[in-house]
Amino acid sequence: MIQQAFSDDELLRGDRAMLLVRRAEERVVRQYAEQNADFARGVQPAHAIKCPTHLSIGQEGAAVGVCQELNVDDVAISTHRCHAHYLAKGGDLRAMMAELFGKSTGCARGKGGSMHLVDPDVGMLGASAIVGGSIPLAVGAALSAQMQGRTRVAVAFFGDGAVEQGVFHESLAFAALRRLPVLFVCENNFYATLSHVEARQPVGIPQRATGLGVASVTADGSDLADVLHAARGAVRRARAGEGPTLIEVRAYRWMSHVGTEPDTGRMKRSAEELALWKDRCPLAVLRVRLAARGVPAATLDAMGTEVDAAVEDAVEFARRSPAPSPEDLFTHLAGEGAPS
Amino acid sequence: MTRLLAYSDALAEATTLAMERDPAVFLMGVGVDDPGGIFGSTTLPHDRFGDARVFDTPISECALTGAAIGAALTGMRPLMVHARCDFLLLTLDQLANHAAKWSYMSGGRLSAPVVVRAVIGRGWGQAAQHSQSVQAALAPFPGMQVIMPATAYDAKGMLLSALTGRWPVVCLEHRWLYGLKDDVPEGFYTVEIGRARTARAGTDATVVALSHMVVEAMKAADVLAKEGIDVEVVDLRSVVPWDRETVCASVRRTGRLVVADTGPRSFGVGAEIAAVVNEELFGELRAPVRRVGLPDVPTPCAPVLEAAFYPGSADLVRTVRALVRGVDHGARGDASAARHDKPFSGAF
Repeated sequence: MIQQAFSDDELLRGDRAMLLVRRAEERVVRQYAEQNADFARGVQPAHAIKCPTHLSIGQEGAAVGVCQELNVDDVAISTHRCHAHYLAKGGDLRAMMAELFGKSTGCARGKGGSMHLVDPDVGMLGASAIVGGSIPLAVGAALSAQMQGRTRVAVAFFGDGAVEQGVFHESLAFAALRRLPVLFVCENNFYATLSHVEARQPVGIPQRATGLGVASVTADGSDLADVLHAARGAVRRARAGEGPTLIEVRAYRWMSHVGTEPDTGRMKRSAEELALWKDRCPLAVLRVRLAARGVPAATLDAMGTEVDAAVEDAVEFARRSPAPSPEDLFTHLAGEGAPS
Repeated sequence: MTRLLAYSDALAEATTLAMERDPAVFLMGVGVDDPGGIFGSTTLPHDRFGDARVFDTPISECALTGAAIGAALTGMRPLMVHARCDFLLLTLDQLANHAAKWSYMSGGRLSAPVVVRAVIGRGWGQAAQHSQSVQAALAPFPGMQVIMPATAYDAKGMLLSALTGRWPVVCLEHRWLYGLKDDVPEGFYTVEIGRARTARAGTDATVVALSHMVVEAMKAADVLAKEGIDVEVVDLRSVVPWDRETVCASVRRTGRLVVADTGPRSFGVGAEIAAVVNEELFGELRAPVRRVGLPDVPTPCAPVLEAAFYPGSADLVRTVRALVRGVDHGARGDASAARHDKPFSGAF
């Protein structure tokens, strides 16, 4: 039903964006494997990713589905798990890889790393590694849009753990009070590190939003069209001055909370559970649908080739780029660093 | 032409001027639109610009601070006001983890020039949670400035500096300064953040004072002058960054230093200043650096306990006298002798 509301072009656009996130992160996994092998041999690789890396593999549908409904001047703020949001919002792939490799050409000049990707040119206002910390920032961005009389929408991306913070409740209540144009996008992947949501939360996430006066909807992160549909409605409400919406996107993180290996077998995260969710991989689900619509396999293959080339180019760019100089330690304390 | 203006009115005037000059400036906080207007400091801007740009907020200090940051990241110039410094501790995650770091973490591509004002609510039995002086707690977060103007002139000029600058700034204002009048020019001017002010020149000892302790230091200097001790009073004005040059130049001349802080003596601003002076001027000191500040207990309520808790000019007189005369009477700075008349005149 819902998927019929979206054109082939829209779904193909989403397919490419999800594929970009997937392939970029798989490349990060491969980089880690290679450099770990080097470290194990006592070899220091010339270029390495040396920052905590939180991957979104398996839950790309949330970032892509929401960001596809945004304009370039709409803004998003993310969390420690921000690669997908950055890329889906249109962040520069080369600058992301360079940031992960700690280079001066990185999107944050090497000051932020994997957890703080930022690209103001496309409305990616950054990411907080404090759980829940990004939520009020998006509220403030929505407040300024309202005060400036603009139709800009702000999005806070966060995980299921963040709804346990006090600042989540404060932020939603204020956004509801002022009818702010903000989307609260909660990617419920059911685990805060290894702690299951049922061990942490007495009521459902949408129920909390309702209690705070914020409209809410749950979307299936395995079904891009479902996320697109939820986001479209929330963006429409925000632009019409009808206030904030919380979108709970149910998705599953295939990798460990941090790092590049799966953590199944530990606590409640079983291999069986992961296998069930892999069957519902958002990319695979979308591709079945595209095939049924008659999109030729060659089109999708060509897209894969193009995305792989872009990812490889970005890694090459990162490797070629210079590291920051030690003097850069003291720059950028108060916005003085325009991108070069 | 001189124009005497109270500290609270100078804050209100600075806010109004900033709002006139820049439509992005807005003011929010718990109670900013009520008839009291945060001790009169927000009434003028509210009367002038109304609820659209001066508005009350829910009692959600942490989220509203984050909202101020988000607004600053998207082109606004938020000014947030708290009636008590103590409430700043509820916002520390957003101030320390977000406002202070957003520019650096983004490689300078964004900055969050939020300005937060908060009142040190000393006196009238305000007790442990309505009176704290939290500058030292806010100091160790590079990327955020902390200012403590002690005069109406500086309150206006430093607030205007903050509201036109690029940094997040926390401005701590002692309640007892609000009624003090000073010659304040009418128009727009700024006072540079990070520069101390020599409030009184002297040759025998330097007192570096913060906020209301500048008032106490000036009284102490008057008393000591009658004894032939010539005290230089440096009004630090800005805690982060603090003016090492002015402080060290003064101490180099006098050879003696007392730091007078409105906050706790232990782990306080005085400790940092004493450490730097020791590092820079060890051989030139004629006496150990002394600190006058609050003792290691929470603020009490009962008047007798309050009087024993707060150091004042008498403590500074004893401390400086001991340094200059070479007699150490155990200047702990946490004992109090005679109390002095207070300019404060209100229950809250």
